[in-house]
Parts: sequence; C-alpha cells; structure tokens
Amino acid sequence: MHLSTEVAPDQRPVSAAPRPQVNAPETERPPGETQPCIVTTKLCAFFGDHAAIKNVSMSVPQRAVTAIIGPSGCGKSTLLRCFNRMHETVPGARVEGMVEVLGSRIYGAGTSPIAVRRHVGMVFQRPTPFPTMSIRANVAAGLKVDPRSHRDRGDTDEIVQEALARAGLWSEVKDRLDKSAMALSGGQQQRLCIARALATRPRVILLDEPTASLDPLSTQKVEELVYELRNTVTVVIVTHNMQQAARVSDRTAFLLGGELVELTTTRDLFTAPRDPRTEAYITGRFG
Amino acid sequence: MIRTARRRHATSGVMIGLTYLAAILATLPLLLILLHLVKQGASSLSPSFFTNTPRPVGEAGGGMANAIVGTLVLIGIAVAIGLPVGIGAGLYLSEKKTTPLAHSVRFLSDVLNGLPSIVIGIFAWEFLVRPVGHFSALAGGVALGAMMIPLVTRTTEEMLGVVPTSLREAALALGYSQWRTSVSIVLRTALAGIATGALVAVARIAGETAPLLFTAFGNQFWSTAVREPIAALPLQIFTYAISPYDTWHQQAWAGALVLISIVLIISIAARFVTRSRFGAPVD
Repeated sequence: MHLSTEVAPDQRPVSAAPRPQVNAPETERPPGETQPCIVTTKLCAFFGDHAAIKNVSMSVPQRAVTAIIGPSGCGKSTLLRCFNRMHETVPGARVEGMVEVLGSRIYGAGTSPIAVRRHVGMVFQRPTPFPTMSIRANVAAGLKVDPRSHRDRGDTDEIVQEALARAGLWSEVKDRLDKSAMALSGGQQQRLCIARALATRPRVILLDEPTASLDPLSTQKVEELVYELRNTVTVVIVTHNMQQAARVSDRTAFLLGGELVELTTTRDLFTAPRDPRTEAYITGRFG
Repeated sequence: MIRTARRRHATSGVMIGLTYLAAILATLPLLLILLHLVKQGASSLSPSFFTNTPRPVGEAGGGMANAIVGTLVLIGIAVAIGLPVGIGAGLYLSEKKTTPLAHSVRFLSDVLNGLPSIVIGIFAWEFLVRPVGHFSALAGGVALGAMMIPLVTRTTEEMLGVVPTSLREAALALGYSQWRTSVSIVLRTALAGIATGALVAVARIAGETAPLLFTAFGNQFWSTAVREPIAALPLQIFTYAISPYDTWHQQAWAGALVLISIVLIISIAARFVTRSRFGAPVD
C-alpha cells in the first residue's frame, strides 16, 4: 500500500512526497463522467449577518478526491456543509447563490434537504455512532429511512456487509455485528460512520476533518480508505492537515476568510501555487 | 508558613468530617423509617393482608388487597396521562428551546411542580367530582397525573439536552427528517434516562395522600371501576392510623410497609432500566 511508505511525511517537504497515483488522466474516464459533480455559483453562506462564505464559485469533478484546506475559521466546514444543506440546520444560518449536484440545483424550489442528504453523505470530525444501536443497525440506519431501499429491503444484510467491506471494517467486526457500536475503538467508530454513510449508496461523500480525533494509525487507515473510495464515489474532504490533503486528494481548494483563493490539482497547488496567499499558507507563513 | 499549612490541614480535616456527618445524616431518616416500619408492620403482614378486603373492627383476617390494587389502578391512570404529556412537552422544550411558548411552558411547569398537592386535589374535585356528583378513581388518577407532568417534562428536557448535537447532525446528514431524528435517535438515546425520571415520578406520586382525599376518596370494598371511588394505600393508612383501634393501627403499619416496598421496588427498577441494552452505560 503506497500510503504506508508515507506515514511520517511531516519531516520532509510536501512537494517532495512521491504521489504517482494522483491525477489519473481525465481521458481514461468514460464519457458522461466528465460532467462535474458539484458546481457552486456565487455561493454565500451566512450565520446571522456574518458572511462565512463569500462568493465561492467552484467545480468538483466526479470520482475524485477534492480537499479543502485553509486556516481555522476560514469557512472550510461551512462550505462543505453547504453541499448537503446541513448549513441551514444551524439556527440563523442561510445560504445564497447556487449549488448544483450532478446537474440538480439542491437549493431549488421543491428540493427537500432530506433528498439531497440521501445522495450526499457526510462524516464528521468526531465519530458519531448511534449509542443505542448495534454495529449492524448503525450501518443500516440510513437505509431504514430511505424510501428507495424499500424494494430491496431483504438485502439489508448484504448492503451492510458491502458497506462495511468498503469501509475496510468488515473483517474486524463481522463476528460482533450485534454488539454495541460504542465498544469499537475511535478509529473503528469513524470507519463505521463511513460505512453508514456509504450504505445508502450516495453519489458524493463529504468528510469534515474525519481524522481530527484519531491516532496516527487510525488516521492512516482512514486515509487509505479515502484513497480507495475515489474509484467509486466523489469525495470532498476538509482537512487542517496539508500533508493529508497532499496524500489523499486529486484536487485541492485553498480557502481564506470565506473566499476561494485557489482550486487546482493538488500537485500544482502544493508545488506551483499561483496566488501568493496560497504560497504563504503552504509554506507555513501563517495559519 | 508551617503554621498556616497545619491550620489548613486541620480546617480541611474538620470540613471533611462535617461532610461525612452530613452524608450519614442524609440517609439516616430513610434507614430509621425502614427499620421502624419493618419492626411495627412485619408482624401484621400475612397472606390474608394481600388477599382480603378490610373487615369491621374486631373481626380478624382483614387486609388491604383492594387498596393495593387501587393504588396500582391510580398509578396506571396517572402514568397514562403524565407520561405522554410530560415526554411530549419535554421533547418540545428541547427542540424549540427559545420560543416564547417554551419559556412560558418551562416556567409554568416549575410552578405546577411547586404547587401543594392538596391544591391539585381541589382542582380535580372541582372539575371531575363536583360535576358528576361522586368521587372516582379517574379524578384521583388525573390529580396524580397532573403532579407527574412537570416532573416528567423537566427530566425529559434535561435528558434530551444531554444527547450531543453531533448525533442529531449525524442523523440529519443520513437523510433523517427532523421528526424522525428527534424520535428515533435523540429520544431513543435519552430513553434510559427518561425512563428513570418517569419511574422516580411514579415513586413520588405513589405515596401521595392529599390529592386523593376528595377525588379517589377511598373505598372499604373491592372496586376497580374508574368511575367509582377507589381504595388507595395512603388513604387506607390514613383512615386506620387515626382510628382508635389497636388492630387497625397494626394494619396501618403493615400498609405503610407495603407502600414503601412498592416505592422501593420502583426505584430499584429505575436503576436497572438505566443500564443500556448492551450492558454499558450510555454516555
């Protein structure tokens, strides 16, 4: 596994990290997949009167990992939460501008946030297994409320297994599916949450600093998993860790003060940033 | 320096001693009451106490079967009213924390909680006894239910407040509706705590006498009809305790012992319910 050779990349310059697998050529992709996955146009997000996201227009490609980096408080998480309409669950929060996911305006009239969230899964900073549910029930939790899954309800066990396998957790928990999810380690809990998000087969999965509360080994596992996921699902990951962005993402967006400074391939952003502010940030001059 | 340190140690020692004393004093009344009740009441407890209805003075073999069942009926009515209303109100308070309605509900439920129970009894009499012209189990149950509501409301709100926002967000992000999130994730997670609160509330109302005096009224005969006056342990104890007969005094002691046992059993049940399905405490 390529990532295991990079466990401690903090010691060397980011740009020197070997990243041969990144930037899979666009030409290899089947036609129809060239359509971007998420497109935002003049997106603004507010908490009351405070604008946390200002006029962000960006495009996230399908089946790739896009990282959002930037200093604390720059609006990374808020931007991410605009992609599945979680931002508006905070009292006093609102969104202006347009967000399209696979061609549908998710803030359009008649679009319910619930439907959006079924297509756009999310994993949070801290693992959030449901404490009253078993491991199996946790993974199946999203299926239970999804009207699409009623047809093949008989396959719940299969879906659970598949989701756990995709999250790299199946072999660790297959003998204790009916035990409490709370008995798992932090890293396992986080991968369980990823499995739970995958079980509804979303087209996009949003990761909000998914390794912020994990130890290095669990972090590595989650990163490997993110790298695998890019083959089947579009991933947007928010991270405060630039090395992590460099390791797992194809494209990286740099956000500062709620504005999008630069969005390009991860390689270019870290080796040849166009904006002096990006360069200042990645060389550690602030943030 | 050394003198002040020594003094600090001495002060600390005295204070710790005082808290020990207070801790013991806090449990002393319960222990004394239990000991005394067992001493006085156990001798009058017999199978017939649990199977027979009261008999006239001088006749042996009387029991409080009707009062025990009556108390259970009254608790049943109270729970049927207090639990759904209390949990529903608590859910509302935790979901809509800052609306004007929430503020007034919170305040009024505290007022209701502090209301003397006899006042609640008068109220139930005014609306449920006077119009129909006779006492009833229903009126007693409603009075007890009204006492339960604020207790359950506040515990529910407290327990729901402890459920982390991150769980709520996780459910919403999975495509749960607001309502579904509240019921099957938040309420479900807090259920053990709410159940404990509900059982504590039941234990609290089980022994109430004042609200029953002119609602359930008491009954010397076997009855489980909700529209008729019904016997209740606290009322039976009251009647027997103020009577001039020694045998009735003995029965009152036995009744008190049974009543305390019921409350204890409910409290212990509450402890067990708090444990989660997986044997580990829910945090």
